[in-house]
Amino acid sequence: MKIDRRSFLAFVIGGAAGTTLSPLPWKLTDDISIWSQNWPWTPVPPRGERAFINSTCTLCPGGCGITVCKVGERVIKVEGRKGHPVNDGGLCPLGLSAAQLLYAPTRVPGPMKKTAEGWQEVSWSSALSEIASELGQLRANGQPESIAWISESDRGTTAELCKRLLTVCGSPNYFRTPSLQDTFETAIYLTQGQRAMAGFDLAGADFVLSFGAGLIEGWGSPGYMLRARSGLRERGGRLEHVEPRLSKTAAKADRWVPIRPGTEGELALGLAHVIIRDGLYRKDFVNGRSTGFDAFRQIVGEAYTPEAVSKSTGIDAKTILDLARAFAGAKKPLAICGRGSGRLPGGLQEVLAVHYLNALVGSINQPGGVIAVPEPEYVNWPEPEMDPTASKGMQQPRVDGAGQGGFSVARYLLNRLPAALASGSPPPVKALFVSGANPVHDLADAGAAAQAFRKIPLIVSLSPFMNETAAMAHFILPTHTGLERYEDVPAASGFPRPILGLAKPAVKPLLNTKHVGDVVIELAKAMRRPVAGAFPWADYEDCLKKTLGGNWGSLVKNGFVMDAKFTPSGFETASHKFEFKNNELAKLPAYAAQTAPGDERSFPLTLIPYDTMRLAVGAAGSPPFLMKALEETVLQQNDGMVEINPATAGGLGLVEGAAAVLSTPRGRARVRVHLFDGIMPGLVALPRGLGHSAFDRFLAGKGVNINDLIAPVEDPASGFEAGWGIRAQLTRA
Amino acid sequence: MEEPKANLTSPGPGHDEKKDGAGAPIILFFIVGLVSSLVVGWIFFPPLVYSTKRQPIDFNHALHNGLVDNGCESCHFLREDGTYSGAPKLAQCVQCHEEANSEDPEEIKFVENFVKRDREVPWLVYARQPACVFFSHAAHVKMAGIDCVTCHGPIGESESLRPYQENRISGYSRDIWGKHPLGLKRNSWDRMKMDDCAECHAQAKVNAGSVQTQRDGCLVCHK
Repeated sequence: MKIDRRSFLAFVIGGAAGTTLSPLPWKLTDDISIWSQNWPWTPVPPRGERAFINSTCTLCPGGCGITVCKVGERVIKVEGRKGHPVNDGGLCPLGLSAAQLLYAPTRVPGPMKKTAEGWQEVSWSSALSEIASELGQLRANGQPESIAWISESDRGTTAELCKRLLTVCGSPNYFRTPSLQDTFETAIYLTQGQRAMAGFDLAGADFVLSFGAGLIEGWGSPGYMLRARSGLRERGGRLEHVEPRLSKTAAKADRWVPIRPGTEGELALGLAHVIIRDGLYRKDFVNGRSTGFDAFRQIVGEAYTPEAVSKSTGIDAKTILDLARAFAGAKKPLAICGRGSGRLPGGLQEVLAVHYLNALVGSINQPGGVIAVPEPEYVNWPEPEMDPTASKGMQQPRVDGAGQGGFSVARYLLNRLPAALASGSPPPVKALFVSGANPVHDLADAGAAAQAFRKIPLIVSLSPFMNETAAMAHFILPTHTGLERYEDVPAASGFPRPILGLAKPAVKPLLNTKHVGDVVIELAKAMRRPVAGAFPWADYEDCLKKTLGGNWGSLVKNGFVMDAKFTPSGFETASHKFEFKNNELAKLPAYAAQTAPGDERSFPLTLIPYDTMRLAVGAAGSPPFLMKALEETVLQQNDGMVEINPATAGGLGLVEGAAAVLSTPRGRARVRVHLFDGIMPGLVALPRGLGHSAFDRFLAGKGVNINDLIAPVEDPASGFEAGWGIRAQLTRA
Repeated sequence: MEEPKANLTSPGPGHDEKKDGAGAPIILFFIVGLVSSLVVGWIFFPPLVYSTKRQPIDFNHALHNGLVDNGCESCHFLREDGTYSGAPKLAQCVQCHEEANSEDPEEIKFVENFVKRDREVPWLVYARQPACVFFSHAAHVKMAGIDCVTCHGPIGESESLRPYQENRISGYSRDIWGKHPLGLKRNSWDRMKMDDCAECHAQAKVNAGSVQTQRDGCLVCHK
């Protein structure tokens, strides 16, 4: 018998038949499929009993309640807290991915000092004593006002501690990160005479007219706004949205009215014109509770006819009439404004125009209206002892010009700091602390801002993450993330009631980090009297407990304290009425639509930024979870996508996905084209929150930082950042 | 293009073999292939798929079951939030076993190695489902009233823990596929595959379709 090809084939066929009739192939297939569905390298939460900690999110000023789920000492999930008055179980994607920020591989592990060889780990005591001696030197030289601090907020114990350190050192140069709250607070101050935060009772309104406010793009408190928008629809209310681009909010609105960008204030005045002309305003409020109405009537009566407004806004006159009548005819109308997430203050006159619109229909301090929410007043520390150096320093003008001259209504103008630094020689700021902010990435014309900041001899970053500002600092004093610390959250942005929340540590600090409050206290103690004497607390926790006093117990137990019976107080102006006109308002330059910087001939298009909840802006960048959730229309691999109307793109010879170069008077960037019918012809749009150079490999080098392309625009009435776009050119690469 | 044609017409080696009439050996080779692969597939292969591990302590379920008041749930209970506690933690065992209560070598080993060193026992869980499976004991035991034996068999009557067999490819317990190499089953607890879940759900007409798909209830368990 000889083994030839045929017998070999017979053996193989027999073998195949036998194998098929045995468990081998079936079992292997099953095992391999189970293995491939459960890759062993994919992390899964540990098993075990779950513990739930109620806390407050600190990733934005939204003040949402969160529930942190833990197994053992490992945080596995963060969810919106059910029953919380602000968000009732809802939460934005950034809040949901807070655990990824806690365990981010690129968190700064301990205090670092920049040397010629790069970052060097140092001990807390040596870092703090070195910084303290630098501050002492500035005081000894009689330049205490050259110390500055940029922080996310100016309220709550941590912010008050930072401000107090600056005060006892002798510097008025404390900065709060700009936001829409700046303009709204100023508008309330000027018309209602009180320093208060703006709350918007969307839950009580039945007709919301939004001038670009991205209710589902992070405007105000994202948790509250998401819920309020759904509630409005369920109650049968209407949302009408005015914006040059079909944002997610526009897409979810009952009507979207595209408008030429920058003319939103003009539309508001145009609507006021129609409401006054047709006698649609609420006489009880306007006649009984306001003054200066005649002056206002005169202003809008002349220049803002529907025809004139139609010409500048690009909205036809019939729609303007229609909008005005629908708004004034609603039972509880509410007008809101602020582009996208309201990251920028915008022009004061523009916000005032919208505020007047609310006043015309009586929606001020009424259910369903704009509510003046009193500023929190629980931080009542004794006045610190000031030495002559400190007193003298505090009398110096602020470097940004806020509170003086033409900017007397503004309190903080961070947008004016880069120019002040650039023009000063030596720079007016010699020591800068940054906590909870990333100005080098987030200020308009970020490149110029970074260059100006480089002139500062000492930058100290208090950040858990290696963001762009930390990367260019001289010291990084890494701080706890929101899941590792106590923190009072004194308000929820845009929420119509005063609410005090408490963030609680869900886990012990994972790294060699400190609380910002502890850094301040320890820094002060490392300095001599009287600076040290202003901080009589053992540590931040001691300070927080003593400051919150009777509220501490209920805050630890319930997570928040809210006055359920809150009613807004009366107007605190001289007339005790809402003032359409007064001396301070009369001093402001009249409303004028802001134009985009740049010349139209070389830059035929206009670039506008847009916001999405899937991208974080601020001190913490987007964690990988958000980057994974980003649409292909925003980012393709590492290429940022620029939105353009197909009609405009056709004229430029651009097709979907084409590589292109976007240039503006401030810079140029390589992008890819996304054709989008939802953007007005002549405009191009890029998202905020991309184009990072710092952070980790999940975020760095992806997309374009729109702030590199945008120029700052100063609001003539207040000095606030009022830029909404810039002229641009898009060419095929 | 001319070459291949010429080759096809020329007589090859196969032409000669046909004349030899080699039918019998070919069938023989077929049978040899068939039988040897059956032997490999049925006898040699199945034990190769699994590695066998001993439990850290040979626990006697029967003995403990006789001492507790509440059956299985005395140790394998549902937590207040409805989640299932699984294999008991050391804290539960210590309530009775702070010191050894007998001369039993397994108990002494348990006390010496785990209780005194305050270490959790790394129990090997026979019924652990893959990570992609969501399963709620509360829904099945409390709401549907299914007893433990239906899925886990009479483990409560065992005096000794059987060896734990771990699939070398997937890393999961043999109990999921079942003891039979082809995964055939006689009792409801012989196998814990998806089909077994689906079969019971179809019979009871519970959660057979999911809200999301309106048909097969994929997302009921694969969340």
